Amino acid sequence: MKSRTGIPSASRRDVLAGFATGTAVIAMPWVARAQAETIRIGFPTPLTGPFAAEAKDQVKSAELAVKLVNDRGGVAGRKVELLVRDDKLNAGEAATRTLELIEKDKVHAIVGALSSAVQLAVNEVTRARGVIYVSISQSDTINEVKDFSRFTFHEALNPHMTTAAVAKQTFKPGTKVAYLVADYAYGHEMLRGFKRAQAALGAVSVGEILHPFGAADYSTFMPRLRSMRPDILCICNFGRDQANAIKQAVDFGMNRQAQIVVPVLLNNQRLAIGAEAFEGVIGGANYYWRLEETIPSAKAFNDAFKAANGGAYPTDYGAYGFTGVSALLLAMEKAGGPDTDKVIAALEALTYDVAKGPQHYRKCDHQSVQSVLVLKSKKKADMKNEADLFEILAIEPGSEAALRSCTELGFPA
Amino acid sequence: MMDAELIAMQLFSGIALGAILIMVALGLSIIFGMLGVVNFAHGALFMVGAYAGLWVASLTGSFWWGLLVAPLAVGIFGMAIEYLLIRPLYGRSVDDPLLLTFGLGYVLVEAVRIVFGSDGIPFQTPPQLAGVADLGIGFFPIYRLFVIAVVALLLLLLWLVLEKTKFGLIVRAGAQDPQIMRVLGVDISRVWLLVFGLGVGLTALGGVLAAPMRNVNPEMGSLVLAEAFVVTVIGGMGSLVGAIVAGLLVGVAISMTALFAPEMATIVMFALMALVLLVRPQGLFGKPGRA
Repeated sequence: MKSRTGIPSASRRDVLAGFATGTAVIAMPWVARAQAETIRIGFPTPLTGPFAAEAKDQVKSAELAVKLVNDRGGVAGRKVELLVRDDKLNAGEAATRTLELIEKDKVHAIVGALSSAVQLAVNEVTRARGVIYVSISQSDTINEVKDFSRFTFHEALNPHMTTAAVAKQTFKPGTKVAYLVADYAYGHEMLRGFKRAQAALGAVSVGEILHPFGAADYSTFMPRLRSMRPDILCICNFGRDQANAIKQAVDFGMNRQAQIVVPVLLNNQRLAIGAEAFEGVIGGANYYWRLEETIPSAKAFNDAFKAANGGAYPTDYGAYGFTGVSALLLAMEKAGGPDTDKVIAALEALTYDVAKGPQHYRKCDHQSVQSVLVLKSKKKADMKNEADLFEILAIEPGSEAALRSCTELGFPA
Repeated sequence: MMDAELIAMQLFSGIALGAILIMVALGLSIIFGMLGVVNFAHGALFMVGAYAGLWVASLTGSFWWGLLVAPLAVGIFGMAIEYLLIRPLYGRSVDDPLLLTFGLGYVLVEAVRIVFGSDGIPFQTPPQLAGVADLGIGFFPIYRLFVIAVVALLLLLLWLVLEKTKFGLIVRAGAQDPQIMRVLGVDISRVWLLVFGLGVGLTALGGVLAAPMRNVNPEMGSLVLAEAFVVTVIGGMGSLVGAIVAGLLVGVAISMTALFAPEMATIVMFALMALVLLVRPQGLFGKPGRA
């Protein structure tokens, strides 16, 4: 409405109506809450720092999972809300944010974290407070009895299953393997997994080099790696460390002498470094969009993700956000709401297929039993489009036999 | 296990890494030596240089244009920084330009994140320099040999300019006593403008040269800043010879540590710095009382 002077002004009636609504909201918050008691999911993830690219993909996919459920009318008639927090890749920050989410924002469950150390810090808080936590960070430790609680679920692959699948495709009896390993928990767990698979497959280690976390230059490790004369150069690190190490190994011609293998072939690092340096590199993954050729749920996930993100394809670490949140919401639907005990029972009984074929949580350690993909990075000339980064070498089907046994993890038989 | 060939190769890798460290530290050392400004935006400007090189290379389709144009453009940008931001702070405490450049570093990193995204962008080794060369004791990337040659040439040029030209004479005299230079009728502020531009241009050149080895991302400068400081402190703040000797020393130390205790390869340069500071606080070639 405009007055004669051309300046917009509200009529008396508009103002009164506005005041009335405002007063109602301020004076009667319990009414507003009772009508739309949303289910709140906390989502800590490292939005800033070296893993920011992967974290942002996790958020996009988690938001998609929430949106799809809300479009269908929510969980048990209630809307779902995702509360994203930056954990800054720091265990202390993550613990503080998680506590805040639980105490102040009154979340009903937590999903998230990307780094294994940060995930353990989140888990400490959630299990002390009796809140369900679905971890989407690769870790072996969280499966072990020391860190487990009945509130703890692990949606991501763990280093044991990832390395076993990758080794099965690349190690042969007598294969000589040289390891370049980041000197922190992630690198150590991956190395342990590979060496266990190596022993089972009859391959041999010709040397292990631990490198400092976050190193920019790997040139000084190359002469020694070359002198080991390996058939396989196995690079166990994450994020930009993986990108830099592979690039420089290729600069030194290591790829002509040996097959480069990584535990997890990272979608975003392949994009950041380009096809040339990654050409022929083999590694594991939880998800790759071309699963859609054989798996209907992958097609549905890709289509929904593309529609919501301007045609972009979902990534490996992004998919964790989607499968983790989807599984939790499915269980809440089955439980008829967010009641913790009922949701735990529902998660334990759940079989879900939301993006990559059937998955379920193993009873003893709540590890998600799921397929592991083994991928090979494509030559630029072989790529059909910009997102066609990898060739799927194998899909190792999900099976409890691929996990460490419950007794080995310290659970009563 | 350790044969002579491997140790020789490791020594060579160390010298090659040293050349890269010298290149990284040069701009920082020159600016401090001549102006007394501790440039905390050094790492960010290194990164800006890499992005500028990438941008020019993608426009022209040639790495060589990027290598030529980016350092000049970023050098001019550096002069603008000196003229507009740092000049008003001369004559105040050394902390003021330090704080200013510290903040400027964050601004630059964030600006690059907004323009180019935070994910990092591929930067291919120029095809003419791809591949490895057989050195007799082992193989080495041709591109890294090229970087060593560029750094050697650059050091020679710098030495000639500083020692053999009138401009160099003024710069060295200005570093000693700017007051006398003013009395003698030399416009010292113009010299400082050029020196700051030169230092920033060298830093940007380092960024472009490092891009095909270390990948381009907004955070690539943060480690570089630390490396440059270590080399500059060991060599002696402001000493060109010091930067060269310290760069090679740190390179070889890292390389030899990588052979015997690889997980210590990063920490060793800080240990070396601590040792030098204990024994000779002004650095190997520094003048006492300056820093």
